[in-house]
Amino acid sequence: VGVPDLVFYALALLGVVSGAIVVFSRNVVRAGFALLFTLFAVGGLYALLAADFLAVTQLLLYVGGILILLLFGAMLTQNAVRVDLRVKGLSTLPSILICLATLALLVAVAASTQWWPAGPKDPAPTTRALGHLFLTEFLLPFEVVSVVLLAALIGAVYLARQEPR
Amino acid sequence: MTVGLAHYLVLSAILFTLGVFAVLSQKNAIRVLMGIELILNAAALNFAAFSRYAETGLRGQVFSLFIIVLAAAEAAIALAIVLGIYRAFRDIDVDEMDSLRG
Repeated sequence: VGVPDLVFYALALLGVVSGAIVVFSRNVVRAGFALLFTLFAVGGLYALLAADFLAVTQLLLYVGGILILLLFGAMLTQNAVRVDLRVKGLSTLPSILICLATLALLVAVAASTQWWPAGPKDPAPTTRALGHLFLTEFLLPFEVVSVVLLAALIGAVYLARQEPR
Repeated sequence: MTVGLAHYLVLSAILFTLGVFAVLSQKNAIRVLMGIELILNAAALNFAAFSRYAETGLRGQVFSLFIIVLAAAEAAIALAIVLGIYRAFRDIDVDEMDSLRG
């Protein structure tokens, strides 16, 4: 067991524990801050996977942007903080069963499939190659995503503005 | 045991399951959104892991980047909708939203 493996297990533990806090905590704001640690752990795993640009993007966009938005949403809707966690028992048990079945299926597939035997390649900087891919092979999705972002921007401003009464 | 592709797949399966549980069982719309973010993160982590361990070059990371960008758009729109719902219903309990005109 080398150092990268230990880093993986530490980050995986951090991600799963704080992910469980996100789901099971009673307080929305606390869940938001736990989500911060989950996203940070996933960003660290990106770095471990030699995806340097992806790791930085994860920190900038998720931790810096989406999480702030979620916390703003939690605080602007004041009822949110006191809405209790549990639904009536009727819907909790089926969701637990569905989740356990899904987890068992995914883990069974991941464990039983024969994945590519080739080991990982040497890590190399990815930013230049990613930019090249975005401007050649993935040019159309890249442009479509930029239009989607513009539409989302306008739509969010339109939906969230105060109605003149 | 050396960490390989299967380890990443199992980890993201766990994160995915946590997210699905949040979406299925939470009443608070913000918590449901947090569950969706967990699901999207699990998917993006899978793409990055395949990009590292399979012979696909960097294309997996490209998909992860698209997922992150679309998650940002989704979070912005969804929170705007949640704010609108809060203004209409004074509550963001997803079980109580059952009318189109508040």
